[in-house]
Amino acid sequence: MLKTIRERPGLQGILLISPTMFWLTVFLLIPLALIVVISFGARGSYGNVVYTFKLSNYARLFDAEYAGILWDSIWIALLTTLACILAAYPLAYFIARSHPTRRSFFMFLILIPFWTNFLIRIYAWMIILRGEGVLNAVMTAVGLMNTSVGQWLFEQVQLYTPGAVLVGMVYEFLPFMILPLYTSLEKLDPSLLEAAADLGARPWRAFLRVTLPLSLPGIIAGSILVFIPAMGMFVVPDLMGGAKTVLVGNLIRNQFFTARDWPFGSAASMVLMALTLVVTLIYTRTFGFGEELVP
Amino acid sequence: MNEHTRPGRGLTLYAIAAYLYIYLPIFFLVLFSFNTSRFSVKMEGLTLRWYSDLFKDKAIWEATQNTLIVATTSTIISTLIGTAAAIGLHRYTFRGKGFSEATLYIPVIIPEVVMGIALLAFFGQAGLTLGLPTIIIAHIAFSIPFVVLTVRARLQGMDRAVEEAAMDLGANEVATFWRITLPLIMPGVLSGALLAFTLSLDDYIITLFTAGPGSTTLPLRVFSMLRQAVTPKVNALSSLWLLVILVALSLAQRLQARRK
Repeated sequence: MLKTIRERPGLQGILLISPTMFWLTVFLLIPLALIVVISFGARGSYGNVVYTFKLSNYARLFDAEYAGILWDSIWIALLTTLACILAAYPLAYFIARSHPTRRSFFMFLILIPFWTNFLIRIYAWMIILRGEGVLNAVMTAVGLMNTSVGQWLFEQVQLYTPGAVLVGMVYEFLPFMILPLYTSLEKLDPSLLEAAADLGARPWRAFLRVTLPLSLPGIIAGSILVFIPAMGMFVVPDLMGGAKTVLVGNLIRNQFFTARDWPFGSAASMVLMALTLVVTLIYTRTFGFGEELVP
Repeated sequence: MNEHTRPGRGLTLYAIAAYLYIYLPIFFLVLFSFNTSRFSVKMEGLTLRWYSDLFKDKAIWEATQNTLIVATTSTIISTLIGTAAAIGLHRYTFRGKGFSEATLYIPVIIPEVVMGIALLAFFGQAGLTLGLPTIIIAHIAFSIPFVVLTVRARLQGMDRAVEEAAMDLGANEVATFWRITLPLIMPGVLSGALLAFTLSLDDYIITLFTAGPGSTTLPLRVFSMLRQAVTPKVNALSSLWLLVILVALSLAQRLQARRK
């Protein structure tokens, strides 16, 4: 036995990977396959699953109510991704261009909140955006709350509004964008920018023609890391959106816990998965799977 | 570094603003954990009352215990089998390798809620009662890929000549692995384990679907506290959590610095 293993190196590889593959097959692939099967089933009268082959669960997702939820989810995930790119890029650029001895400290500062629990980060913003919260107190103190503009601004981000959900999502996922962006910007050879300058390119032009294209893998990896969890997120809408913001994640969760319509919930999660897979595939097919995806 | 690459004043100002944006919410969170007033944002006086309330809360203690059991067990198992998988994938070519690699990416690229409901449905069908074991099973499943990716990155940066030299000097494969390979990839294994541990500590979504009565973890407990009334007890808990993370991260950094 040992001899065969030694003579056939491929077998060693299979032996090494088999515990992992066993685990992922039993506790990932089979459960996902089960969800596919359930999504074609029907809800029994006691909330149980009746195995049939019907497409009605998928058809129901096109009802105005549910299509609207899907649309809102895509929209808010895209907005979150875009806001994260815009907010993270200058910061990642700053860290990558600062003195090498300080870089790891600056990244360390980014990582500390990231290593704490994500509910804690949401809660921190709930304190700020509450009706009687920190933001309101600060805006009142400087007299902004007396103006209609100030009041309007506050109402846009006040807790239990879609604006608050967006603020929470961006704060939640920002580190996922900064990490891969920093990795790709740090690798960038400064002499390329010198060359561009020597050839007469203004700093902005050099940025657009050299830095930005070379950091594209970081943007792509960051976008995937932000977009996917943002698409399925239901905790932020739950805690910061009140009852007003329902996203596809909330829909799925509710089908499994309160409505007990597992087939419909499964169909919704199939669509969610398909949407995220399509977006990811478009990204990776166009740009390749960046090593930046590894945190 | 020359003029073109050093961050300019505008960029530095932006960075300061960005760090304020990241840290001000946390600052207020910690500040209000010492506030005597339960609801006001004005600091009316300093107190440690919320901390002592926290220590008297039995449910919190139980949740902390559950969280540590889950995180430790799932980290150990996912690190062991994930490291083996990383070596297998790095060293050998075999049939089904592409399939294995694709499978490993699934937990990274599917939304957590989908994995959560899939496991809930599966455990129901398999007749398993939801509790700590099912949470641990789920946490191992989503941690493995991160361990594999981290260890594999380390293996890719390793010089195989060292191992070949050991073999040439008469060490067998087992000895080479324990004396040469493992020490060399250890930083990768440790950071993979650290990542698995943190992911497990942090997880709310998948845990929600795989937990049963009596297996409440800290994130589940914190969530239900957040949905109920505002209480500075959550601030106290968050502040302590931050402190623990800060100490752990500083220790990890110091260890890494010493290694170099």
